[in-house]
Amino acid sequence: MKTGTARCRPGSTKWTIRGNEDMKKTVLLGAVAAAGLAGAAASAQTLAAVQDRGALNCGISTGLVGFASQDSNGEWQGFDVAVCRAVAAAVLGDPSAVNFTPTTNQVRFEVLNSGDIDMLARNTTWTFSRDVDLKLEFAGINYYDGQGFMVPAALAVTSALELDTATVCIQAGTTTELNLADFFRVNGMTYQPVPITTASEAQQQYLAGTCDVYTTDASGLAATRAAFEDPSAHVILPEIISKEPLGPLVRHGDNEWGDVVRWTLNALIAAEELGVTSANIDELAQGTDNPEINRLLGTEGSLGAMLGLSDDWALNAIKAGGNYGEIFERHIGTSTPIGLSRGLNAQWTEGGLLYAPPFR
Amino acid sequence: MSTASKSSARIKPFVRHDPLPAKAPPMAQSGIARWLRENLFSSPGNTVMTLVAGYALVWLAMQIGPWLLNGVWSADSIRDCREQLEGATGGCFAVIAERWPQLLFGNYPSEHYGRAGIAFIMLFVALAPLLFIELPRKMLWFTGLFPFIAYWLIWGGSLWVSVMALAGLVAGAMVYKRLEWRSAAGALAAGIVTAFVFWMFLSGPLVAGLSAVVPLQLAPVESGEIGGFMINFILGTTCIALSLPLGIALALGRQSNLPIIKGICVLFIEFIRGVPLITLLFVASVMLAYFLPPGTNFDLILRVIIMITLFAAAYMAEAIRGGLAALPKGQYEAANSLGLDYWQSMRLIILPQALKISIPSIVNIAIGLFKDTTLVSIISMFDMLGMIKGPILSSTDWFGVYWELYAFAGLLFFVFTYGISQYSQYLERKLATDHR
Repeated sequence: MKTGTARCRPGSTKWTIRGNEDMKKTVLLGAVAAAGLAGAAASAQTLAAVQDRGALNCGISTGLVGFASQDSNGEWQGFDVAVCRAVAAAVLGDPSAVNFTPTTNQVRFEVLNSGDIDMLARNTTWTFSRDVDLKLEFAGINYYDGQGFMVPAALAVTSALELDTATVCIQAGTTTELNLADFFRVNGMTYQPVPITTASEAQQQYLAGTCDVYTTDASGLAATRAAFEDPSAHVILPEIISKEPLGPLVRHGDNEWGDVVRWTLNALIAAEELGVTSANIDELAQGTDNPEINRLLGTEGSLGAMLGLSDDWALNAIKAGGNYGEIFERHIGTSTPIGLSRGLNAQWTEGGLLYAPPFR
Repeated sequence: MSTASKSSARIKPFVRHDPLPAKAPPMAQSGIARWLRENLFSSPGNTVMTLVAGYALVWLAMQIGPWLLNGVWSADSIRDCREQLEGATGGCFAVIAERWPQLLFGNYPSEHYGRAGIAFIMLFVALAPLLFIELPRKMLWFTGLFPFIAYWLIWGGSLWVSVMALAGLVAGAMVYKRLEWRSAAGALAAGIVTAFVFWMFLSGPLVAGLSAVVPLQLAPVESGEIGGFMINFILGTTCIALSLPLGIALALGRQSNLPIIKGICVLFIEFIRGVPLITLLFVASVMLAYFLPPGTNFDLILRVIIMITLFAAAYMAEAIRGGLAALPKGQYEAANSLGLDYWQSMRLIILPQALKISIPSIVNIAIGLFKDTTLVSIISMFDMLGMIKGPILSSTDWFGVYWELYAFAGLLFFVFTYGISQYSQYLERKLATDHR
């Protein structure tokens, strides 16, 4: 009997419940693709289904520092969770009308394609094969991430190019692993991988000195470093070796619903650009001199009706948790222990990549 | 002579009447010194081992002691913990103090914790007559009713759902009793069919009708909200309880002379034992959705219970088959010569002995099964470990607390598995009637 239980244990270590920030692993690709075909046909009327149900079914991570976690009351909080709440507010007028479905790395696309959830906001990297082969539709990018390295300051390493022969803590079976292999090969260096499964395990291994270097997405590195007893004893190296555009996604085949999610995200981003915050939104909703704000908040034109929503859809979405900048600051910004600076995620006017198309 | 006789009369011969009081044994042969000598320092090799082990124990105590004693039990976050500790070694147990409801109940609505608590206490009342033969047999009635009451308490909804589930079983049992005299197997099949027909066609309208008249409603709780140690416990107890009878049936089937039954049982056992549990859980959580008609809402907990039960039943069957094989052939022949039919001989002669032999293996499987329920964290169910790995360790406040949470989980599991193991030893002592 013992061999039976032991036999399944080693197998289980291969499956990471929460592959950390990168979320690039695809398991059962074929099954997902097949399901995509069936799922797309079965669910062309997501918006109507959500409105009938009175609640949005939103897939999130089972837990990722700053992006999705539960407070002591069991309420989901986080940067990705805020996207779910904004969409629920836009569609139903109520940011709490969300059924959260925590999903692991392995099952997230299947859960989306099987129709159990309406959208997935689980910092998933937008890649070609996911968009095209898995029949998914990315509704935009809510966080620009990239893979980085963290080393103890005592090693006096200042660049990732000095990491030859290092031991590296890395999530097994993710594309972080592939990125790492590429980076070391291109630069003619060697390394020894130490496979780990979760962020908290990585932290323990790294602190115990099992590995010299910990590599994962930069946001994950920042969160891990912030939780150290002495963060200043560890440095995040300047090199970012991959592009990880993370965003919410929906199924292929229901473009109306895709538009709702895409433009809700755009509304949050545009609101920050236009200076609309949760503090001044009620005042601005009375009407302003800026026609774009008026169109966004529904006092001018009928953008909401075009989406099949009420005119105050964006107003509700922004009220749910504030504009993009406010959400960022509350969950992962410099005022939080995670302390991420905006960097690439600043507005285009501030040198970042956030660029919402015009509301017209 | 006379002087000699005089002197002999004067000098009394020494005759001792009382034994000398026993002297205390030498220092090295008594008390603690002897115990130490015999048990710890009996030879140079053992002395070295004792010293090494003693050093290791002291070292461990020195490491763990301060961590436990300095532990911080009240703090807002891991940073707060560290400030309070000011660099000293100490656990941040505040995370357990703050998050224990989530660790125990998952996202179960906090206003209903009482319901779960009552079900938990009732479980022990229901188990007592099964575990201790001395208790009045009438208590078994409560044991029979318990699963239905517990379901109602934990999941809420209408009591009539549970009542109808029970009524279906009773109807099946009555059909079985009526037809038993013809053929036990046929009656069993007829009973199962009756129960299913009842559940499929009658129970729905009856529940609706009765709820309209007498509501008996508790606030419903969704399966997804049940988590933490509670789900481990529900899965563990349910699956152990279900897999034992199924395992007995499979073990008997495997020994059967009927080729089809034997073939099915062998195939089932070998297939299930050849597949890792984690694969079965993935099938339950993901793949089943593709086989079921679209829109079917097949509860995930139910799916997992079925999978774990099947898995455990295959192992139970092999353990019990071991017990069956260990019985001398004479027992089977004696049963036959008494004129008992197959079921009677199994029930009265073979199984009581075979099960007794299998107790250690069955308990072994039960303990393993209980611990394996933590694997459901991999299919995004928030059991105790899922809760730790997911929502708690990923909260900004507690990211970085690690040992405290896993130690708590380990302690909780240890309490229950140790209890199971102690009970099984008690049972073995009690049933020891021969071969000694």
